[in-house]
Amino acid sequence: MIEALLNYEFLQNAFASGIIIGLIAPLLGVFIVVRRLSLIADALSHVTLAGIAGSLYLSQTTAVFALLNPLYLGIVAAVTGSVLIERLRRLYKHYEELAIPIIMSAGIGFSAIFISLANGFSSDLFGYLFGSVSAVSRQDLWIVLAIACIVVIFLVLFYKELFLMSFDEEYAKASGLPSKWVHLLFMIVTALVIAASMRIVGILLVSSLMTLPVAASMRLAKGFKQAIFYAVIFGEAAVIIGLVCAFYLNIAPGGTIVVTSIIILLLVLLGKKIWLAVVTKTERGRLA
Amino acid sequence: MKAPYDIELNDVSFQYDQNIVLKNISLQVKQGDFLAVLGPNGSGKSTLLKIILGLLKPTSGTIKLFGEKSRDFKKREWLGYVSQKSNAFNTGFPATVYEVVQSGLVKKTGLFKNYPKDSLERVEKALNSVGMIDFINQSIGELSGGQQQRVFIARALVAEPKCLILDEPTVGIDHQHVQSFYNMLAELNRDQHLTLILVTHDVDTVSSKISHVACLNQTIHFHGFKNEFNQLSDEDRQAWYGHSVRKIHHMKSEGTQ
Repeated sequence: MIEALLNYEFLQNAFASGIIIGLIAPLLGVFIVVRRLSLIADALSHVTLAGIAGSLYLSQTTAVFALLNPLYLGIVAAVTGSVLIERLRRLYKHYEELAIPIIMSAGIGFSAIFISLANGFSSDLFGYLFGSVSAVSRQDLWIVLAIACIVVIFLVLFYKELFLMSFDEEYAKASGLPSKWVHLLFMIVTALVIAASMRIVGILLVSSLMTLPVAASMRLAKGFKQAIFYAVIFGEAAVIIGLVCAFYLNIAPGGTIVVTSIIILLLVLLGKKIWLAVVTKTERGRLA
Repeated sequence: MKAPYDIELNDVSFQYDQNIVLKNISLQVKQGDFLAVLGPNGSGKSTLLKIILGLLKPTSGTIKLFGEKSRDFKKREWLGYVSQKSNAFNTGFPATVYEVVQSGLVKKTGLFKNYPKDSLERVEKALNSVGMIDFINQSIGELSGGQQQRVFIARALVAEPKCLILDEPTVGIDHQHVQSFYNMLAELNRDQHLTLILVTHDVDTVSSKISHVACLNQTIHFHGFKNEFNQLSDEDRQAWYGHSVRKIHHMKSEGTQ
């Protein structure tokens, strides 16, 4: 494995971008989960698919798109989708969640049209749906790295605002925070992370890398920074173990990464249960 | 020059769709006042607070905060806010007491900046004043309702506000802790000269601590010193409280037709 990693550029690309994604997806995921936006991430990933499928179709018909990395149109679609979701959420003030099925079905609808026009599934498309170890190009890696920089800068600049908005939105507004703008930026950054992650985990599984490590970390963490720390550890573990398994078993990494995340989650839930049982038992013993 | 009033409302009205919630409210609050806003359910108490805080824009009328028009008022950290516990947050939220109180410094710190270096001391001081210093590293979800509410007061205090606005802060707190909660507010009012505006139903419990009373039911029926309030006749009180009973009754029958 190590030898292969040293020799093959495609493996280096996959592992390097995997490790970057294992950092940024759970990092942003903590905010997504506590702000109850997990399903929005899912909707955005389907919009991204529409962009990718559109680009793959256009690459067959138009010379310009043949040279263009489909990721770019995917990013454009994801960012547009994030802005539209915000518009819709404001339009249906009392039924905010309606924005999710609207955008999600629009994404799938357009994807279906573009996939059909492009004469069905190609191996390229399969890679975008479930991730791929072999398809990550050097250019993809640079895009992922650039997005990671944007995410980290964004979170460093707005950490305290995002924390307050997540914890108590009304208080944040009463404090006079520009929450509308910070939220819009947050949605755009989320769209970027989704676009970056899908090369490795695939569009259909992107949101799981943002939510599963967080679900596990929230069972352990006392504080917010701790929750971020555990989520990143679990995310990295899932990506690295998942990629190694995908390489040896020759299966799509999206599957192995997500299944690893689920195993981690189950272990954490089980471990916590056992720990609580032990603590109650010793306390009972002390009282008796 | 120091403004004569911390909070000044002139002829403020608020309408939600076709419903008039507040009508021609004029109210002044001086520094160091401890004002209780009383009124039946649906009398517009929370709306009034939200208008003062800038969460809602009035349909008409003007608001001045510390002598400045609310629209132009930038020093939002001068106003501390404690909402009803029930809708404040999700108890599963992974945050320590320290992190929650520290977040009260967000506005004071400003955009693109890190929390100040002395934020630990500030948080400790705020937690001390509400008697919660021992819980600083605990998870907020592990605390009781009353303890959480004290933490939220500390969050409001950490930015050193000049005026604290509380919306039924004792909802969800067991009765035996309500008294000590109000004692703490009274101390803050007395020792730190903090202006307090409190929306509450606990008239009896709080009456010994407050300096002023405002009776609200769509409009202000009475605003003045506490002893003047105590001298109100039963008819006056009936006119204020009973009005809404008839009004709600009326609206209900309209709705069912």
